Amino acid sequence: MAEAEAKLVEGATGSWEVIIGIECHAQVASNSKLFSGAATEFGADPNSQVSLVDAAMPGMLPVLNEYCVEQAVRTGLGLNSAINKQSVFARKNYFYPDLPQGYQISQFELPIVGEGEIVLDLAEGAQRTVGIERLHLEQDAGKSIHDQDPALSFVDLNRSGVALMEIVSKPDMRSAEEAQAFLKKLRTIVRYLGTCDGNMEQGSMRGDINVSVRRPGEELGTRAEIKNVNSFRFVGQAVEYEVGRQIDLIEDGGEVQQETRLFDPRSGETRSMRSKEEAHDYRYFPDPDLLPLVLTDEFIEGIRATLPVMPDQKKARFIEQFGLKPYDAGVLAGDKASSDFFEKVVEGRDPRLVANWVTGEFFGSLNKLGVEIEDAPISADNLGELIDMISDDTISGRNAKDVLDIMLETGDAPGKIVEEEGLKQVTDTGAIEAIVDEVIAQNPDKVAEVKEKPKLAGWFVGQVMKASQGKANPAAVNKILAEKLGL
Amino acid sequence: MSQLIDLDIAGARDALAKGECSSEELTNGYLEAIDAAKALNAFITVLPGKAIEMAKESDVRRKAGEVGALEGIPLAIKDLFCTEGVLTTAASHILDGFTPPYESTVTANLWGQGAVLLGKTNLDEFAMGSSNETSYYGPVRNPWSMEGAADGLVPGGSSGGSAAAVAANLCAGATGTDTGGSIRQPAALTGTVGMKPTYGRCSRWGTIAFASSLDQAGPMTRTVRDAAIMLGAMAGHDAKDSTSIDTPVPDYEAAIEGGVNGLTIGVPEEYRVDGMPKEIEDLWHQGIEWLKAQGAEVKTVSLERTKYALPTYYIVAPAEASSNLARYDGVRYGLRVPGDDITGMYENTRAEGFGAEVKRRILIGTYVLSAGYYDAYYLQAQKVRTLIAQDFAEAFVDVDLILTPTAPEPAFGIGSKTDDPLSMYLNDVFTVPASLAGLPGISVPAGMSASGLPLGLQLIGKAFDEETVLRGGYALEQAAGFSGKPSPWWRS
Repeated sequence: MAEAEAKLVEGATGSWEVIIGIECHAQVASNSKLFSGAATEFGADPNSQVSLVDAAMPGMLPVLNEYCVEQAVRTGLGLNSAINKQSVFARKNYFYPDLPQGYQISQFELPIVGEGEIVLDLAEGAQRTVGIERLHLEQDAGKSIHDQDPALSFVDLNRSGVALMEIVSKPDMRSAEEAQAFLKKLRTIVRYLGTCDGNMEQGSMRGDINVSVRRPGEELGTRAEIKNVNSFRFVGQAVEYEVGRQIDLIEDGGEVQQETRLFDPRSGETRSMRSKEEAHDYRYFPDPDLLPLVLTDEFIEGIRATLPVMPDQKKARFIEQFGLKPYDAGVLAGDKASSDFFEKVVEGRDPRLVANWVTGEFFGSLNKLGVEIEDAPISADNLGELIDMISDDTISGRNAKDVLDIMLETGDAPGKIVEEEGLKQVTDTGAIEAIVDEVIAQNPDKVAEVKEKPKLAGWFVGQVMKASQGKANPAAVNKILAEKLGL
Repeated sequence: MSQLIDLDIAGARDALAKGECSSEELTNGYLEAIDAAKALNAFITVLPGKAIEMAKESDVRRKAGEVGALEGIPLAIKDLFCTEGVLTTAASHILDGFTPPYESTVTANLWGQGAVLLGKTNLDEFAMGSSNETSYYGPVRNPWSMEGAADGLVPGGSSGGSAAAVAANLCAGATGTDTGGSIRQPAALTGTVGMKPTYGRCSRWGTIAFASSLDQAGPMTRTVRDAAIMLGAMAGHDAKDSTSIDTPVPDYEAAIEGGVNGLTIGVPEEYRVDGMPKEIEDLWHQGIEWLKAQGAEVKTVSLERTKYALPTYYIVAPAEASSNLARYDGVRYGLRVPGDDITGMYENTRAEGFGAEVKRRILIGTYVLSAGYYDAYYLQAQKVRTLIAQDFAEAFVDVDLILTPTAPEPAFGIGSKTDDPLSMYLNDVFTVPASLAGLPGISVPAGMSASGLPLGLQLIGKAFDEETVLRGGYALEQAAGFSGKPSPWWRS
């Protein structure tokens, strides 16, 4: 597969290459926090899931949650990354009311997962290989609430201490589309692995996007970091806006400042949050309350042995086993629920027909309804039955689309709908012949014309189909028309 | 009652066992002694009601045949250990009114063995100091006095309140914590026994942190035997402290009488400082002779990086402290001084809440961890720390124990060093190396200065070999026959 060319952005003074790196925070799917036994459930009453450790009471000590370590290793393996057998937890020091310890326990010099790479599928069959720099474990902070009192801020520590994986990419992405594809791919991988629910609305996944621009082939430009972007759409908007801002700035003779910026979804703009000069000196140092984390080969291999089939492997299998086009295979394998659905429908059926229907009409309809595949009103069995009815010429492809619409509306089985609506295809050649004869008889001028212009045959097909209310088998119509018109 | 409080832990244990007294009587004796010793300022909080209640419960248990290792023994607890429902201050204004809803593992272990809580002892603020003068609750006075020191003498620090309470018979024993010498140095300055076990031997859970990689709890007692009894009750693995070590706790008391015959004692040639009084040097030689006389072999060893220990300690400990003390921000507990905004509140609270020495160390610690300075200070100090530990490891190939003076001088006058932090820091010069290496050490009272003040000798042992340290300590104690007690000038 071809590695994608960098799409250049045209400015007023020439073209620009966009360079993007992403730091993604993914909440570890775990019932308890990284260093305490408190619960992590979303949406609980404020400060109802806070242990003495999470509140940083004097004398409290962190104890590492082994399950979170397993999840991080599992994710590292899913990202084709090196697992570091020794890693170190470090304190990142800064003051904020929702950070009770006055430091966040994170990993700095020695993260639990090292380098790796993942491959993004882009439009038109292109791919982009994106390097993974590292993955490390860290605590989440609590939440400050500023709108409850005119003078005071409130703090909810339910999230304080929740385990996050920070996944850092190399600066290998070249467009907003690729940035979105990267986060989508990450979400797919963690969902396959079950290590993060990937739910961006609840904040289980959020991205810090580093953006810079340069003239093609030149040194990297100064980057700006856009913090906490929490939807794929916003990622696209934020990158587009930021690229435009940086190009305009440079072309007007200015300089991009290294800074942290915030994306405002309402205005679609990014704005400066703090400059490099205002950046914190986090004074990282190894946390003396925790010993270095040492993993054995047995531990790592034990996790590797339980890894599910990953999306890229599944895609390769779809191409090989079912002869699917790489794009369709990628779309189907790109989401665990989609691939599960597809595999159910494809059983005993023509894979390409099934792939066309699942990725085409079916996904299209779901999109229009704004429904996730998990909540689709159509079961895999019913969609399979519909495809069977197309394969054995019970209904035409065109009518099948109408049946699908009714299925989406009513949830009824296709057999019942075809019966009730009388959509069964006419394959009786005698009946079709009669219609063809009638059409020919009514249009002598067109019959004369078609000898000169064979393209007019299509018009005849249309007339016959119309007269049969779409029920005539198109192949039979073509065959009979060709005979009768002497084409 | 004075006879009862003259009993050490082992003595009280026997008296209680024989029914010669009850825990309640014993406890009452100590409460009266504490009440009469306000001039020492050894306690921040005295708990007469709670103490009597615990003593009565102990007496009931004893009648029922339940007798823990410290059953009915009244103890004082350094106010750095969190005690459930009891004000816990770390001797800092910033913890005003802080009453923890939890009990530290070490104190919970003590209560589990039947001990009685008399009160919480004074200390240097957040255990930062060598004289107990940095306490928000005022300095502790050493029960020992000297002519010419009108304002009194310091008891050493940071466990100065515990040391003074033990020396003045205000408790049967006390807990201390030792980060760079905070148990051993005050023990030496008050004529008491102080033991810092191996790092990881006692759980740090629920003890307010100063420097996490160094802090270790230990007993402060009148005798080595008492230290063995108390340590046995305090120690043990704790799953809530990831740095606590899962290794069995031996019967320390059973080990102490093993003698030093056949042991090899190392004498480090580097343990000398400029201006160290000759009497300290003489006592050290005396200690060597005592151990030799009991059959020990004595060998000169080299701990050549000793001179780097103090500077290393004063980088590592403040670095950790600067981070550990970040949680005292006025948001959740303790003192809050309002400000115009959150930064103003932080600044006002911490400016008012912390004393000068704590601020000094937070500043030093913040500095040495800062970008551009980390490699030159913190990282370098960590490397030197590893080398210091290596020095000990090499020495312990050939020797079983290392004998040194505990402190370079006897107790000094209150206020005499407060303007000179470097000279104050120098007081820990002999205790800090073992702290950096995580090794167990004990200070045993061994003699008197010409000015009539107690002097201590220190024995340092191999990691988790507290038994040999206690054996050596007991041998020293027996040979020294130190029986001095300060005259009770404080009694009102």
